[in-house]
Amino acid sequence: MSAEPRPVSIGRDGKVRLRMLEPNRDGTPWYARTLRITSVRVITQASFFALFVFLLWVTWFSRMGGYPVSLFLELDPLVGLATALSTHTVYRWLWRGLFVLIPTLLLGRVFCNWMCPYGAMHQFFGWLFNIRSNRDNLDKNRYRPIYQLKYYILAVMLVMAAFGSLQIGLLDPISLLVRTFTTTIMPASDLAVSSAGQALAERGMNPDLTPLLSAPGAPDGRLFDGAWFVGLMLIGLVGMNLVIPRFFCRVLCPLGALLGALSRFSLWRIDRDVTKCTDCDLCLKGCEGASDPQAALRKSECFVCFNCIDDCPEDALAFKLSPLPVADRIVGSVKAGTATLFGRKLKSRVVATEIAAPDVPRRRWLFAAVGGVLAYPFLRLSKAVNDRGFDEKAIRPPGTVAEPEFLERCIKCDQCINVCPTNVLQPSTLDQGGLEGLWTPVMDFSVGFCQLNCTLCSEVCPTGAIQKISLAKKLGLERHQEDGPVRVGTAFFNRGRCLPWSMETPCVVCEEVCPVTPKAIGTYDETITRWDGEKVTLNRPYMRPELCIGCGICEHECPVLDDAAVYVTAIGETRDDERTLLLKTKKNV
Amino acid sequence: MSEHRDEPGAEDDGRAQHAAEDDGRAQHALAGRRRFLQQAAVVAGASAAAGWAALAPEHWPLSLQDATGERGKPAPRVMSLPDGGYGLAAVAGAPDLGIARGQGADVARMLRAAVDALGGMGRFVERGDVVLIKPNVAFERAAPLGATTHPDVLTALIHLCREAGAGEVRVADNPIESPEACFARTGLRSAAVDAGARVFLPQPADFELLHTPGAALIERWPFFARPFVGVTKVIGVAPVKDHNLCAASMTTKNWYGLLGGRRNQFHQDIHGIIADLALMLKPSFVVLDGTRVLFRSGPTGGSLSDVKPGHTIVASTDSVAADAFGWNELLERADQPLPGYFGLCEQRKLGTTDYRALNVKEVQVG
Repeated sequence: MSAEPRPVSIGRDGKVRLRMLEPNRDGTPWYARTLRITSVRVITQASFFALFVFLLWVTWFSRMGGYPVSLFLELDPLVGLATALSTHTVYRWLWRGLFVLIPTLLLGRVFCNWMCPYGAMHQFFGWLFNIRSNRDNLDKNRYRPIYQLKYYILAVMLVMAAFGSLQIGLLDPISLLVRTFTTTIMPASDLAVSSAGQALAERGMNPDLTPLLSAPGAPDGRLFDGAWFVGLMLIGLVGMNLVIPRFFCRVLCPLGALLGALSRFSLWRIDRDVTKCTDCDLCLKGCEGASDPQAALRKSECFVCFNCIDDCPEDALAFKLSPLPVADRIVGSVKAGTATLFGRKLKSRVVATEIAAPDVPRRRWLFAAVGGVLAYPFLRLSKAVNDRGFDEKAIRPPGTVAEPEFLERCIKCDQCINVCPTNVLQPSTLDQGGLEGLWTPVMDFSVGFCQLNCTLCSEVCPTGAIQKISLAKKLGLERHQEDGPVRVGTAFFNRGRCLPWSMETPCVVCEEVCPVTPKAIGTYDETITRWDGEKVTLNRPYMRPELCIGCGICEHECPVLDDAAVYVTAIGETRDDERTLLLKTKKNV
Repeated sequence: MSEHRDEPGAEDDGRAQHAAEDDGRAQHALAGRRRFLQQAAVVAGASAAAGWAALAPEHWPLSLQDATGERGKPAPRVMSLPDGGYGLAAVAGAPDLGIARGQGADVARMLRAAVDALGGMGRFVERGDVVLIKPNVAFERAAPLGATTHPDVLTALIHLCREAGAGEVRVADNPIESPEACFARTGLRSAAVDAGARVFLPQPADFELLHTPGAALIERWPFFARPFVGVTKVIGVAPVKDHNLCAASMTTKNWYGLLGGRRNQFHQDIHGIIADLALMLKPSFVVLDGTRVLFRSGPTGGSLSDVKPGHTIVASTDSVAADAFGWNELLERADQPLPGYFGLCEQRKLGTTDYRALNVKEVQVG
């Protein structure tokens, strides 16, 4: 048994040798082994992942400053295409999707294994926890019919989008990952950092951990409704890599399906030289897309990861510009072993080299499209997403377009929820918008309130579900005086729970914090003799509804925490004439 | 077991095999016995350890026993501020109230004049001091709206501290609205950072229970503790504001921003709370920023028509006196009785409302 060479050895001549710098056996230098295209790919993936995390990190009040914080969402061509189908327009930066579409038409699904941060995450964890033997790996990386599922998901979602119900965000990998970071990973990491800070403080150290926090200055640590489910999805989908490598990418990803459908037109593809290939199947060892490089390459499944080229012992695989279809140029019998191609003897017994289109029969495309056609009314007939029967707590952030247009645009990426400095924006549960509105932003004033001079959610929204509004427009100033301020709802008093109204106790925190001028909360002042004989002056609050903008700071600061004595509901919002409350409201003129 | 076997010859092969079998059997028995003893020891040890942890009386070492359930509860960490607070011994003959007035004068010069009237910053800040400045950053309002401390006053105050040799200057507040937004919109964050101070925004882990002996309502209350680690001097700097409930919010009510927890209960006895705040934090001195006065719609304001110029900066070792001056001469409400908390503070000897009886030095600037 030959001894395994050590990473570092000292030769007889006393020279120190590093194994990683030794030349290859065939005499090529060390970097021919290390600096391979697959290494470049890994570095690229890591860089894109780091950029993705960085952009989420700067998505915060004190860090924004010209960064394209929603860049990955804008680069996502599925977002651009689906919103173009639902709105017949391309919002703001969504043309950036072309940066992914065009390379796909040239090179295939390079996005999936070079740029996609979610794909990189699945690949990393799949690699980290891969305990399979090589033989098992070959088996796990063969194409399976279940991989068609993503095309059906794509078809259903695009058909629904054409009807005006945008549901791609449920599974679009970028939206899904932004949502996951926003509602689970970043708050969890903040919890860890602030606990570490506390532990250090107890030992007398006082380091500034602000750069490590995703949301420094968020008052009580951020919390997110339904984080448990998003977290469970994360664990479940990452865990599935142990069962089927790249499970999400191969089976579920609608963006992958879109890029797969497009990559049938790509000019370059992996090509197998049938005169060199010995059908050993070793190319399957690390095949990320399960695209059958050992047989007829499924172009729509190939992630262009180049692992097959690396793993091929015969040097039979290469990435080539429009390779020739060879099947009808083969002379002789493959079975009898006499076949030749351009005079060279065939080694492989599999002569087909390409399947361009996704493996979905036309009738099944039709089935999926009909599914989409039916899903639209099924979802839209839910009470909550309509102007009749909308939920009182479906309070949308300022700048949000009217509900039908909102549902055409919101991809549930939760960037608005990420940037919100007070944590008032929450992913909607099934209560507030049914399945169609799931994870869309709603304001929960028990958690936070809408900061008066803040329009950050409208800045970061990639699709215009929350349209970019100026502060002057939000407050109804300057040329927006005629329109008045943007109202998101109206506050109401529950006198039965209000301390001055029903408990002979002074309070009026609500009046103090009301940020509009003049205040939307007034008081009736009265001195009473309390039950114990003490004289108390009570300021009993009332609403001036034409002044209230629904910011909810009164509800948030009300000491009656569990069911506040002053509370905001969605009625009175200015985004839709159907949802106003008063015949006349105050304009700033 | 082959290493125990002798090199077997052809003739005694069978015997050797027998011997080897016996030997193997003996070895086997020995190994079995050893394994049994080992396992028995592990089982006995683990049972004994578990029994000890569960059953040993609470004060015994390594005991986990908790018969009442009390032991398992988290013990709140309770802190207290230094005896006598951050106040300094009175200097004979030195003024207690310095008033700088100036029409359109430079804010930095006015602040310097007010502090100089008390004897200069050197009276309060020594070389190497860690100074905490507490401005009022409660609301997300631009500086001209008068709801918060003016950033120019904060800048000037930090410069004075650094001139006096302060080793570190910190700025901290726990605003009502989003801390980041408040510090940014008021201009106080950039004012502090540009002047070389460190800003502390409240994080959940930054609060500890503060014990304030003698406080009626907040004897134990969550306190923004982290910025206070290692602090030797504390200076409050507050604007002059109308207040919807307690009529006026100035330097004494300013300490509200050092507390956390359920502050929204404070309105149920706001005067009692402010008197407790005066007891809780005794500063080195306070600055009343009367450059402009929020004379109505307080404490939030929001309109320039609610603000009038005050042309005054006050520095004082007695926050109650400074506030009484503010009530009379800046809010111009001398014709109305002082709000209830003034009387409560005076009863507890936390300051005087009769500021004219103090050693007052008034200077005109510009």
